[in-house]
Amino acid sequence: MTATLISATDSLQRAAEMQSAVLRMVACGSVDDGKSTLIGRLLVETDSVPIDQLEYARTTRRGGSTIPVGEIDYSLLTDGLEAEREQGITIDVAYRHLNLPSGRRVIIADAPGHEQYTRNMAVAASTADLAILLVDAARGLRPQTYRHLTVCALMGVKSIVVAINKMDLVGYEHATFEELAGGVRAAAARLGIDEVTAIPVSAVTGANVIDSDTEAMPWYHGPTAMDALMAWEPVDSDENAPFRLPVQLISRAEGNFRGYSGTIVSGTVRPGDVIAVADSGQTATVDRIVTGDGDVEAATLGQTVTITLDREVDITRGDLLSAAGEGQAQPADRFAADLVWTGEEPLAHGRSYLLYVGPKVVPATVTSVRHRLDVVTGNHDAARLLKMNDIGRVELATDSPIPLDEYDMCRDTGGFLLVDRVTSDTVAAGLTRHAMRRAFNVTPHDYAVDREARQRLKGHPPRVVWMTGLSGSGKSTIADATVAMLHAQGVHTYVLDGDNVRTGLNRDLGFTPEDRAENVRRVAEVAKLMADAGLVVIVALVSPYRSDRRAAKDIFENDEFIEVFVDTPLAVAQERDPKGLYRKAAAGQIPNMTGVGQEYEAPENPDVKLDGTSDVAGSAETLARAILGETD
Amino acid sequence: MSHTPEIEVENSVSENAVLDVLEAEAIHVFRETAAAFRNPVLLYSIGKDSSVLLHLAIKAFAPAPIPMPVMHVDTTWKFTEMIAFRNRRAEELGLDLRIATNQDAVAEGVTPFTHGTHEYTRVMKTVALREGLDQYKFDAAIGGSRRDEERSRAKERIFSLREPGHRWDARKQRPEFWRTANTRLSEGQTMRAFPISNWTEMDVWNYIRRENIPIPELYFAKPRPVVERDGVLIMVDDERFPLRDGEQPEMRSVRFRTLGCYPLTGAVESEADDLDSLITEMGEAKMSERSGRLIDGEGSSSMEAKKAEGYF
Repeated sequence: MTATLISATDSLQRAAEMQSAVLRMVACGSVDDGKSTLIGRLLVETDSVPIDQLEYARTTRRGGSTIPVGEIDYSLLTDGLEAEREQGITIDVAYRHLNLPSGRRVIIADAPGHEQYTRNMAVAASTADLAILLVDAARGLRPQTYRHLTVCALMGVKSIVVAINKMDLVGYEHATFEELAGGVRAAAARLGIDEVTAIPVSAVTGANVIDSDTEAMPWYHGPTAMDALMAWEPVDSDENAPFRLPVQLISRAEGNFRGYSGTIVSGTVRPGDVIAVADSGQTATVDRIVTGDGDVEAATLGQTVTITLDREVDITRGDLLSAAGEGQAQPADRFAADLVWTGEEPLAHGRSYLLYVGPKVVPATVTSVRHRLDVVTGNHDAARLLKMNDIGRVELATDSPIPLDEYDMCRDTGGFLLVDRVTSDTVAAGLTRHAMRRAFNVTPHDYAVDREARQRLKGHPPRVVWMTGLSGSGKSTIADATVAMLHAQGVHTYVLDGDNVRTGLNRDLGFTPEDRAENVRRVAEVAKLMADAGLVVIVALVSPYRSDRRAAKDIFENDEFIEVFVDTPLAVAQERDPKGLYRKAAAGQIPNMTGVGQEYEAPENPDVKLDGTSDVAGSAETLARAILGETD
Repeated sequence: MSHTPEIEVENSVSENAVLDVLEAEAIHVFRETAAAFRNPVLLYSIGKDSSVLLHLAIKAFAPAPIPMPVMHVDTTWKFTEMIAFRNRRAEELGLDLRIATNQDAVAEGVTPFTHGTHEYTRVMKTVALREGLDQYKFDAAIGGSRRDEERSRAKERIFSLREPGHRWDARKQRPEFWRTANTRLSEGQTMRAFPISNWTEMDVWNYIRRENIPIPELYFAKPRPVVERDGVLIMVDDERFPLRDGEQPEMRSVRFRTLGCYPLTGAVESEADDLDSLITEMGEAKMSERSGRLIDGEGSSSMEAKKAEGYF
């Protein structure tokens, strides 16, 4: 490299100008709302349409068009949905470019608005700073208005310009505008979007698109659509945002040069900074920051750089360079995330997908669906799977820990794709909400004496027998009898009893759904260690939630885990009430009692189902046979 | 946002800042393609967009050299000057240059004059490209297509998937979120990557000026021998050009807005003989860039039809 050195001030000034130079905008709405006409007008008025295409829009007419030949049919400039259908061209996000008078570039992602195109809308919104949302004044707020707002909020669009269009069809009524604008503002506020600008326009007449139409709407004193684009300013980039650079490639060049290339997606870096490789926890000091224009003394969000370090560190493509200490990205292997399902095949439980976050790829499994989002009402619907264009909250496990950030902190390190291993299709876009289990940079150690060796010594394979059922259903009693039988046959066993565990390991946990999930998780991990040691472990735990049990099962090999449902009617369990818990619950002393204050989700396909009202010895024998039947 | 009708209009955003954003996006795509694919190639067609691509590649990988070969699909009907320029640049930059030509078609005597533009393009460009990619087993090809070139390109992905046989299938195109690309390929699939998707033609020119990027002289006006056919000025670049009865090449000051096969590339009458005057002239003309090309045909669906066959 030449000795060019760009000062920190110059480099950061240049980066700051980049932040406001380009406005990425998503246009939401359908042809019926007049979106094509509005965008067409913006393109023409900013001189962004070549004259031969303008000529086409003057001379070509679609069936039913009432625009006289010779005038511009603005909707033709953006290849409206109708035209695309007629010509058999794919309906897809289209990108267009215009320059504002200020010199700012606007990249418009033009997304089709119908329900079946939620995924296109999500694509367009994923990079957008601002959304223009069209509302047809004559038809009012419709489901798709709420759908667009919800998708924008979800994908992190910070600023919304609502164009209340076709004001000419409602007599330019001030009251109509205020009512619709108020409705949109309220909906946006519920979704956490506070920057909303509502503008009454007529895309057909051009009123308030570029210039104010004070004749038609003397009551309106706000900005026009063009003014709103001009007034946009980037969200002040947080000077303290933690540094993030996903490593795209390792650069090797003459003179033992070794650098790590990528785009800075958060924060700022300077030579001398201590940074961490988030994936491994190793740290090093930044030596040089190399760019195609020379070395820089500082680089920040949006810049593409190659970083060299002061020492040899093991870094591969996909690793995340991060601020060290405060703001350091932490690896985890369990996450709660929202998914926008884009695949033609629905989400399959337990199937391993490939998770892509920037240049990083890691196998991942969806362990449970918490709910599906009704994008119109905002309700959380119970759901077991997600289909194309569905949005839902899920829990996700990765095969190895990765440092995902929360999506609202950084789109690039918190947003991910799920890719089908067979078709290679992108089946979902994911937004990380929070990590559920930190990995603390623990690398498993491989020991010479492994589970197979222990199994040979013990003479039987390990098993985890997970008994679920209501309190008082008979789990502990049956477990006790089963273990006695197995023990007599030389099987090494142990019982993990819910009540016993709660007096020690889990004494910090209560009975809320969150605490119950953690209770199940810890018991499952302990059972895993015991199974690893070669034991047959019987877990006797109410574990009322399917998703918790599924998560427990997910950490074991397929044939290693036996789910057992002790089926006892609530009335019988209440009658037995061996610990007096149901009586206390009835007296209002235990609000979270399963079967009373909380639901019990019975297993749908348990490996073994035992009738908790029949004879204990019989149940124990059935269970022992199930365990040994697979062990013989 | 304040509700004030008076918004100050000032040139608060510099052209350079816009170019910086576009450059960063392009470099990101270059690096991703180089690292995520087994055997990527940079397609080089000698024109201004390719010149920008080469320059971006140098910047993306500096101080290391460009880590992939460069392939030119040579129809054998390119302007003589283009080939000379190509060879010179390859030598200056130490490029690993591969040339893809449909030799069978050349032997069969396929020319732009004998086979019609559609068939000629299919055989000499599309088939030659497919064969070149197959011959070297390239699994990703970087190209200089831009979304503003033509209306149906507005929907093109930055990473555009090709099915076995290099077929473009609209329904298989992957949704593109953020900067994260799904670069995984199934058996037989290949990828096209377009780093300058979001650039306009004017951006390309401004960037060439800012970065001092070498481009062929054909872009600048100078007296050249041309004939006029159906209102289009065609340069008579070599003796293979079959003159019709009474046709006599005349020297006119012309330049070319895009460069391709000389018999299919319309010239523009112009006096713009340097970048500044060229950019000024461009700002005044405002015709679609591809309007000077004779191969795109009518309607925006024709590009999709060509892509389905494997055209870039």
